Amino acid sequence: MADTTLATPVRRPFALRYPSVMIFLAVLALFTLGVTVLSEGFGIGVISTSFVKTLGKTLCLCLVALAMDLVWGYCGILSLGHMAFFGIGGYAIGMWLMYARTEMIVVESLAAADLPPTAQEISDGIATQIFGVVGASEFPPIWAFAHSLPLQLAAVVLVPGLLALVFGWLAFRSRVTGVYLSILTQAMTLALSLYLFQNDSGLRGNNGLSGLQNLPGLDDTPQAIVSVWFLWASAFALGAGYLLCAWLVSGKFGSVIRAIRDDEARVRFLGYPVEGFKLVVFTLTAVIAGIAGALYYPQAGIINPAEIAPIASIYLAVWVAIGGRGRLYGAVIGAAFVSLLSTWFTGGQAPDIVIGSLRIQWVDWWTVLLGLSFVAVTLFAPKGIGGLVDLLADRRSPNRHGAALGPEPGALREKEADQ
Amino acid sequence: MSTLLEVSGVSVSFDGFKAINNLSFQIAERELRAVIGPNGAGKTTFMDIITGKTRPDEGRVTYGERALSLLSMSESRIAQAGIGRKFQRPTVFEDQSVADNLMMALKKDRGPFAVLFFKPSAADRTRVEELAAEIGLSGALHRKAGELSHGQKQWLEIGMLLAQEPRLLLVDEPAAGMTPAEREHTTDLLREAAKTRAVVVVEHDMEFVRRLDCKVTVLHEGSVLAEGSIDHVTQNEKVIEVYLGR
Repeated sequence: MADTTLATPVRRPFALRYPSVMIFLAVLALFTLGVTVLSEGFGIGVISTSFVKTLGKTLCLCLVALAMDLVWGYCGILSLGHMAFFGIGGYAIGMWLMYARTEMIVVESLAAADLPPTAQEISDGIATQIFGVVGASEFPPIWAFAHSLPLQLAAVVLVPGLLALVFGWLAFRSRVTGVYLSILTQAMTLALSLYLFQNDSGLRGNNGLSGLQNLPGLDDTPQAIVSVWFLWASAFALGAGYLLCAWLVSGKFGSVIRAIRDDEARVRFLGYPVEGFKLVVFTLTAVIAGIAGALYYPQAGIINPAEIAPIASIYLAVWVAIGGRGRLYGAVIGAAFVSLLSTWFTGGQAPDIVIGSLRIQWVDWWTVLLGLSFVAVTLFAPKGIGGLVDLLADRRSPNRHGAALGPEPGALREKEADQ
Repeated sequence: MSTLLEVSGVSVSFDGFKAINNLSFQIAERELRAVIGPNGAGKTTFMDIITGKTRPDEGRVTYGERALSLLSMSESRIAQAGIGRKFQRPTVFEDQSVADNLMMALKKDRGPFAVLFFKPSAADRTRVEELAAEIGLSGALHRKAGELSHGQKQWLEIGMLLAQEPRLLLVDEPAAGMTPAEREHTTDLLREAAKTRAVVVVEHDMEFVRRLDCKVTVLHEGSVLAEGSIDHVTQNEKVIEVYLGR
């Protein structure tokens, strides 16, 4: 460019300035390809379908961890409610999946009757099928849009987004910060979960929504295939989410939200409307969480209010802390590592340890181990697993913090040498 | 000269303690003013009131030609209206580079969406470099602010204030913890800044105030005790009694 002087070099492309983004996307693509080749549906069948689903679900958890990192690691809002947004996304898509599939079954069973069924009969049939388990046979108002995939997809984004917008507006406007905000988000999560546990919430109480792995109209497609589709969709969502987050934190916006994390009052005196920034980040991350949930639950097959319980959101914070907050790949590594390890430990595959009369069964003791690791990471390695990357990078080329590279006065400064 | 900021009859108390008691204060455009006073005289509270951090119990604070009331505005709105503040303890964003700190402070649209789609132009970068030169940090543009010395952080903060292009600059003890050479530089910076805007300097150090060579307001127990040139106030008996005499 002609208008830039020597002192203001041409900005290099995004990919070169943020190599970690490209590395991440490459690893994600390779991983997806690898799993596809090894899957039962499209490849040589080394990886079982249930494990493909576990991997696909893990990608969704990585996505919600990214959202958590953005809101906590970058903006400093320790939200203990993002798994509620995740759950809402799951419920929104689950309602359509359950409705549409039940509708097909009902239509099929009524087709044998002498007279063609009326719309009312079909609707009643679906309602009886879905709500019989909670002793009801009518559609609650909340199901008004369940027949329409586009509307429920809109709900995946809009319901978590609006809830976060309203909640955030009330909380940030009153300048609730720090641990008080965490408690407030936790209370919101608990209230939502308790409400959903009730049968008259209209979402089948503690039974939740089930059979979500069956896509309507695709009964003939084996789960081996569907599971890989969802893996692709989850990988795509994670990649897109990563790019979005990397873009958000790379520019001045990232600068401002990190500044808010470090000294909120100072940012206010710079003239930035801190509440507005927090609200944008909180709402946006809630939407990301909702999308992650909508991809997760069809792979899990079932969603119930226990998934929204406060502990889920605390786990989310633990993943991000262990992975390393304030860096995007840290959140992804933390979520993948801890949730896969948790699957292994709680799946009964880990061998019991016998110490004298004490028998450590990991299914029960895993939580203790996780809790201890969390405390250890917080105390001794606040950068988490992501901090290891710094160690490696420092060994290869020590960070001179922009200082001169050599002893002579004319030596290039580190930043100049990079360009 | 026209009045830029007018504080009249302002009082504020914390748990019954009157930090500011019927205080009135005026400053004109492009004026340099020093505010001195013993500990607990209400200097910091005075700044808190102007910048919107503390709401007074009574009184009026008006600003600009249209006599805008600052009392109903949020801190960020007041800052956007052109009042910049430097804190006693240097508060820069230590985790970010000097360039990022300055870029954040540059006078631009502050809304979240404007910031999200903001791309620094060549002019913006040049401005950041000019500012860095002005505060003597040209060589440190890419260093993290946390690595700077105490004095450099103070300057960076002053640089960030200048980047905001405020019409009124409130500076709280700028020379605290500085070496004599750094003080000299700071005095120059402030006097230079006061040529294009109003500057209020809150200071403890009488020598520093003397070098600023400007009108002085002495605060005591939350109200104005004396006002005038440095020689005038240092000869005032009440001032000698409560402040200088000890």
